[in-house]
Amino acid sequence: MYVCLPYQRCGRGTAIAAALADMGEPSLRILLVDQNAARAAILEEGLREAGLCDITIVRETQSLLRRIVDLDPDVIFIDLENPNRDVLEQMFQVSRSVRRPIAMFVDQADTETIRAAIDSGVGAYVVDGLRKERVKTILDTAVSHFNTFNRLRDELERVNQQLEERKLIERAKGILMKERDLSEGDAYAVLRKAAMNENRRIIDVARSVVSAMGLIK
Amino acid sequence: MSGALGRPTITVGFIPLLDCACIVAAAEQGFARAEGLDLALVRETSWANIRDRLIVGHFDAAHLLGPMAVASTLGIGHLRVPLVAPFALGLGGNAITVSSSLWEQMCREGAVLGGNPRMQGSALARVVAARTKSAAARGDDAPLTFGMVYPFSCHNYELRYWLAAVGIDPDRDVRLVVIPPPFLADAMRAGQIDGFCVGEPWNSVAVAAGVGTIVAPTTAIWPYSPEKVLGCRASWAQDNASKLDALIRALYRASLWCEDPANHSDLAHMLAASRYIDAPAELLHAALTNRLSLTPGAAPTALPDFYVSARQAATFPWISHALWFYAQMVRWRQVEPARAHAALVRGTYRPDIYRRALAPLRVDVPAHDMKREHFFDETVFNPAAA
Repeated sequence: MYVCLPYQRCGRGTAIAAALADMGEPSLRILLVDQNAARAAILEEGLREAGLCDITIVRETQSLLRRIVDLDPDVIFIDLENPNRDVLEQMFQVSRSVRRPIAMFVDQADTETIRAAIDSGVGAYVVDGLRKERVKTILDTAVSHFNTFNRLRDELERVNQQLEERKLIERAKGILMKERDLSEGDAYAVLRKAAMNENRRIIDVARSVVSAMGLIK
Repeated sequence: MSGALGRPTITVGFIPLLDCACIVAAAEQGFARAEGLDLALVRETSWANIRDRLIVGHFDAAHLLGPMAVASTLGIGHLRVPLVAPFALGLGGNAITVSSSLWEQMCREGAVLGGNPRMQGSALARVVAARTKSAAARGDDAPLTFGMVYPFSCHNYELRYWLAAVGIDPDRDVRLVVIPPPFLADAMRAGQIDGFCVGEPWNSVAVAAGVGTIVAPTTAIWPYSPEKVLGCRASWAQDNASKLDALIRALYRASLWCEDPANHSDLAHMLAASRYIDAPAELLHAALTNRLSLTPGAAPTALPDFYVSARQAATFPWISHALWFYAQMVRWRQVEPARAHAALVRGTYRPDIYRRALAPLRVDVPAHDMKREHFFDETVFNPAAA
């Protein structure tokens, strides 16, 4: 009955939705609690591609439990940077505030799934009684998209850092060109030679040049 | 994992609350290094994250709510992963704060600033009764709402204990909701909650913001009541006994340093940093010196033994504490009692590891694993007699 559908192999199609429809599963209500709009958008898109359309995104942190009661979701995803995760924990308790008790989605044995979710930065809560395989599929989708977001964020940080470094090297070159009356190519050669002699990175040499100039001026 | 000079590194998660003090001091004041350890401290935003990251091994040990260690061992509300608590991170440090509007109503019913929990509780009970009556007449049902930090927390149980002891049913007469500590003052200002029970500095933050009045430190409800523990996976504790012992010795020395009044100013400034608690140093200093301002604009009131980091065997993991937590889990229907639970609960708090770790220091440690716990309503919890 259970069809293994790791998200990556589904491509951008609706294989999951088709498979779920084959199984006669009704549509699920999904709630995303995430203060980061970009990440929520990435996950929302991923879930929609997987054929899950009933998605609500909550960004504000006030009255979260009330919103959850009103929306009555089947699955809740929350980013782990969000302190409101502890608000959701209350729903595990015997509580008159939610219609159905909400339980952790995974098996005792399935610690790898938990680890994957935590590594990617997503927490998931699922109403009791939902079929495990179905939850696993949705969770894999969430984890995969959180990881996509993490990669994008890392990439952005890397690009920004490279940009900053390039600017710094340009400034150091400018200083050398002006102070020593060098051509641009020669100024760069001076930086590179100093880096090789001192066993440092060019960016570190450039930083020294710029900060030394700041001290002199 | 090894740090500088081949010292093993222990990764410890913590939540920005006053009682992470011993962990921070152990790292910052060199107590861990003196034991041959490097501590990597990781600030976390929720107790659920602390638990999960402890369980999957991101953390070796963590600043943990005492009842969370018990709940995890029993598998209540989450996965069943046996945790151990071989060291307590001090006593007390919590208080119950109410909104300015509720405080006015309580004062009309006999509450007094700095009054005992019986007086304050009776006043609150009369406010709740009047409210229930008028709500019935109006046909609405908006009970008073109290915030606390986690379902398996001393705050939840202390608040419930106090309410129940003065005749307020915490599940019927009021509503209890979880709100993360940094959001409590804002939630109170916005009128979402009428009161809360939390550790410092978050009561003082609400008072300083002009939105709340402290009605009782929880040490008035239960003198020398327990709070956080150092928690780790039982399997990690078993496989890393010498590292754990070294960590416990470092924390023990840090607790003595934290308690010395000569260090309170340095400690308050250390904890105030954004990488630790990120709250005003003067509020943290007030709590460390047991002098809290109870209501906006009031001079500080001395609250003896409000927060104790070392004296009174404050770092000893009493099994009677673990059993009291379990009794509350049963009382408030978080778990069905079972015969097998008692041994698991006892086995979560580990005075034996505490004694083993501190043996080389030749310091006095309690000879018994349990003691009688006394409450403000003259109830005595005595599990040894059970």
